[in-house]
Amino acid sequence: MNIFVCIKQVPDTETKVTPNGDGSYIETSSIKWIMNPYDEFAVEQALLTKAANSGSTVTVVRVGGVKDTEALRNALAMGADEAILVESGDNLDSYMTAKALKGAIEKSDKTPDVIFTGKQAIDDDCLQVPQLLATMLGLPSVSVVVGCEEEGGKFTLKREVEGGALEVYEVTAPAVIACNKGLNTPRYASLPGIMKAKRKPLAQHSLADVGVSDSDARVKYSDFQLPPEKPAGKKFDAMEEGARASVVADVVKLLREEAKVI
Amino acid sequence: MMNFELSTEQKEIRELAMKFAKNEMMPKAGEYDEKAQMPMDILTQAWELGLVNTCIPAEYGGAGFSVVDSMIITEALAYGCLGMNTAIMANDLALLPILLGGSEEQKKRFFKPFTESYKLAAFCLTEPGNGSDAAGIKTTIKDAGDHYLVNGQKMWITNAGYADLFVVYGTFDTSLKHKGISAIVIEGKPEGLEIGEKEDKMGHRCSDTRSVTFNNVKVPKENLLGNLGDGWKIAMATLNHSRPMVAASAVGGAQCALDHSVKYALERNQFGKPIANHQAIQMIIADMGIEIEAARLLVHKAAWLIDQGKASPEIASYSKAKSADMFMKVATDAVQVFGGYGYSKEYPVEKLMRDAKLIQIYEGTSQIQRIVIAKEIFSRS
Repeated sequence: MNIFVCIKQVPDTETKVTPNGDGSYIETSSIKWIMNPYDEFAVEQALLTKAANSGSTVTVVRVGGVKDTEALRNALAMGADEAILVESGDNLDSYMTAKALKGAIEKSDKTPDVIFTGKQAIDDDCLQVPQLLATMLGLPSVSVVVGCEEEGGKFTLKREVEGGALEVYEVTAPAVIACNKGLNTPRYASLPGIMKAKRKPLAQHSLADVGVSDSDARVKYSDFQLPPEKPAGKKFDAMEEGARASVVADVVKLLREEAKVI
Repeated sequence: MMNFELSTEQKEIRELAMKFAKNEMMPKAGEYDEKAQMPMDILTQAWELGLVNTCIPAEYGGAGFSVVDSMIITEALAYGCLGMNTAIMANDLALLPILLGGSEEQKKRFFKPFTESYKLAAFCLTEPGNGSDAAGIKTTIKDAGDHYLVNGQKMWITNAGYADLFVVYGTFDTSLKHKGISAIVIEGKPEGLEIGEKEDKMGHRCSDTRSVTFNNVKVPKENLLGNLGDGWKIAMATLNHSRPMVAASAVGGAQCALDHSVKYALERNQFGKPIANHQAIQMIIADMGIEIEAARLLVHKAAWLIDQGKASPEIASYSKAKSADMFMKVATDAVQVFGGYGYSKEYPVEKLMRDAKLIQIYEGTSQIQRIVIAKEIFSRS
């Protein structure tokens, strides 16, 4: 099987995000980059699928800046066979990203049997790339996948829906499968894996190489701002026995008139 | 040529080891400490990821790490739990004498099982009556024709209850003092080898520490490292190599204490503002930062010297003494930053303070390090 995984590199979850000087994006100079956590489930599922289908290869594709290739190297160290990097600016919209991924996959010498992705990236939370990519490639897609079994090119997929229920789909490969937390437990990249990753092939393309130009942009980012600081909360002292009734009355009044929640 | 930058690969190694320390070791460190139980599941997982036995060279099936690489791993694992790291580090301590004093055949034979599955090893030097005065050990290794006979007792042996390999130091003639000392490898649990009860320790409680007694234990002749009388040289070479590693663990523990302190200082409010905004706390935190970085640089230098083939007992002892004393101070100050909460087992710095104390004691007390250092300094004048 030719297994592809699309991953994104995102700021570490503990990053304190601030807008950059001109508000065109966030300040990236001191950010520690990690693989998008949902994409880790995608890499793990790709490696499990590979293990169950001898002769398979796992190709990881990422679109993004080149300053730090942490996420791709991590996927290779986990056990992926090769990597493709499409160099771009830091802040591509979902449409351009999907188009670049499509271009990179088509440019490789392999025809995908299955493409795994995370269900969303934790930085911009757009939740669009898997579906856009599937549509552009003319493939079926299932997202929010928490169960994945494969036999003879047929995938049985479980996806979470509102209310905790599960939908079960049977999908014939090739398909795009967008993974959710709970699908598997991503493995650590072992130390021998880290050593081996250095020698694995990493192809690099520009956006133009994969057929993407500025005119493909569908979203224009005009300004990045921090949300306004929350004003301090109101405190009520109800410790004194006699004061309680009046405190309760005050709180109810404010909840009704000021907060307008009751 | 000066370069303080880690390579891309070293950064990835640190990343993995820190991820493992934070996700697997830290959440269970308190529980294993309280129960004084060996975390075999976590240790086995660490071995599977290649974080254990980092001293085994590539030609014997190891990963082929430099000593600097090993220090990076040790610092990260100690950040997760000092006790678990002691169990991991004790393997290197026992395998190093084989690496430094063993023949090709011995290295191949003894290292192989450690590259195939998770096995534990124990370094047996200290005795009930001889700790710092290691040259005065009483355990005997006697030539008995086609084998050696080992008799005596060893004390404070890490990993003893789980070990499949013991590196034992003994003398064939006590009157020769250190020149009579030899090192021999005992495999499995041969007849006459008795393991004592697990010690109930102040810190590093999950690690397994016991006495080991030898009653006429027969050991094949081909298990002697080097020649009769080479043991002291091998032990000293081992300690020159392992002391920077112990120092690295102190740096990891101290970094953990600092990180906890910073987080707490930002959350805890007194006099209407976070205690991080009070200069009294800022001074403590700044001193922690200075001391940790100074110790880390010494550790990296000591490790780098070994990688360059210029192992220095003096710098190794600098790194061990500085890092151990630094960790004790930093851990004590971390408890101070936490105040009453720091003294409670509910918060992690109490364990770090208990764990720090052992680093000033094992593999040469802070005082023994200074004796080594002074001897080296005076030998130059």
